[in-house]
Amino acid sequence: MALYGSTYAGYGFGTLVTVVIAYGILDLIVNGRWFNIAYLIETPSPYFWASMGIGLCIGLSVIGAAWGILLTGVSIVGAAVKTPRIRTKNLISIIFCEVVAIYGLIVAIVFSSKLSNAIPVSGWSREALYAGYAMFWAGLTVGMANLACGVCVGVVGSSCALADAADPQLFVKVLVIEIFGSIIGLFGLIVGLLMTGRVTPFK
Amino acid sequence: MEAITFNIDNGYLDGIVRGFKGGILSISNYLNLTQCETLDDLKLQLAATDYGNFLQNEPSPLATTTITERAREKLVAEFQYIRQNAGPELAKFLDYITYSYMIDNIILLITGTLHERDTHELLERCHPLGMFDSIAALCVATNVQELFNTVLVETPIAPYFEKCLSAHDLDEMNIEIIRNTLYKAYLEDFYEYTQTLGPTTAEVMGEILKFEADRRVINITINSFGTELSKDDRAKLFPTCGRLFPDGTFRLAKADDQDQVRLAVELYSEYRKFFDQGPGTERSLEDHFFEYEVYLNKRAFLQQFHYGVFYAFLKLKEQEIRNIVWIAECIAQQQKERINDYIPIF
Repeated sequence: MALYGSTYAGYGFGTLVTVVIAYGILDLIVNGRWFNIAYLIETPSPYFWASMGIGLCIGLSVIGAAWGILLTGVSIVGAAVKTPRIRTKNLISIIFCEVVAIYGLIVAIVFSSKLSNAIPVSGWSREALYAGYAMFWAGLTVGMANLACGVCVGVVGSSCALADAADPQLFVKVLVIEIFGSIIGLFGLIVGLLMTGRVTPFK
Repeated sequence: MEAITFNIDNGYLDGIVRGFKGGILSISNYLNLTQCETLDDLKLQLAATDYGNFLQNEPSPLATTTITERAREKLVAEFQYIRQNAGPELAKFLDYITYSYMIDNIILLITGTLHERDTHELLERCHPLGMFDSIAALCVATNVQELFNTVLVETPIAPYFEKCLSAHDLDEMNIEIIRNTLYKAYLEDFYEYTQTLGPTTAEVMGEILKFEADRRVINITINSFGTELSKDDRAKLFPTCGRLFPDGTFRLAKADDQDQVRLAVELYSEYRKFFDQGPGTERSLEDHFFEYEVYLNKRAFLQQFHYGVFYAFLKLKEQEIRNIVWIAECIAQQQKERINDYIPIF
């Protein structure tokens, strides 16, 4: 802990551990149980899980896309000062990063269309529980895949801009690498849609 | 993991520096330059390269010193641009690079003061990258000890003085020994610093600085043959961050002539090549050192997301200026036999 203490990650991590342990102790004192994970998972309604999944999906995708654009954009701007011809061609890298955010957006819209008002009659129905959990984990899958994809495309796009500035023949070759990187996000999208394919809107 | 955070602060300047590197003269440029008959032709040829119209305002009989000055001004302007726009880590790295020029300037001023030269003339001869605020005060102080206590303690290179000299030594030791002791402390400090900047920077700059240290070890050894520098004193001047430390430096400290130097570096394959003189090749040891330095600096550009490119760019441009000056001198003195002895870069 002393190692991490002086960075933002250190503060966040320290706070998280403190909160978790404090919750555990409180729960023990008040309710007599110690880190009952099943209770933690079953108590929130499926709405919570589904909405959380949608939020994570779009949120993490956008973080990945933004990170990628920041990595690529500064390299394009820097390299274009001495070689202006690369400006227009290298916007393709930015578009690849943007597409990552669009994947997240698509999945979030598809998931949110599966949410509808439902009042539990006697506990939640099986379909509702399945819907909640599936959308949470599918959203997390899509979000993490798009985060990795966005960063990957960003790093490769930065190298692409610098390589293009040095030698125009390298552009298409490095672009092929970027395309392979961009497919990672597509994988996440496919898996997410498969996981929620059998989800029926809440009844 | 530095690939995902390096560009946040340094991406733009990385692109700029690689653009500058793309403008470094290539072999075809050098071929054109070597075929010039006069310095005005040289000026025309350089106008077609990245240098552009840097000699535009010079009066017609061009001198090689003018070319040197203007080329160096251009390089300093580029370096200052990068330094002004740098984020905190890069700024510290670039400041470290300027300390070596500061050491040269200070030694120049101390020597000049001891020989009672004109202060303005001395200040004009200082390297612009190594200027600091109170440098003019170095000429005013009469006694070298006073110099240290009043001026030098405020400079960023004060720790290098403290580490190796006590204040009264500044009077007694030879100026060259002072310069070498300072440079040794600076090089070791710079090496330690680059090892903390992330793995890629550590690797790239580590190679370059190790070679710099070894180069100084070999040069100090060879230059001290026939002088009254004792072997212990010689060993104290060797930087310890190179490949030759500790075995090579131990043997070089005891060497007495060129053959023992060659024996001492036998085990180090990179440096053994410098001493093997094949028939018909007339590259001196200095030329071999320059060539190897250019090779290491070119390699820095093969990796991305590290600080070594900024150092490598500065050194490659300096080498280019040396090449241009060599060619210009050969043309000016009409001695074109050795005009092709420049070190090609790209």
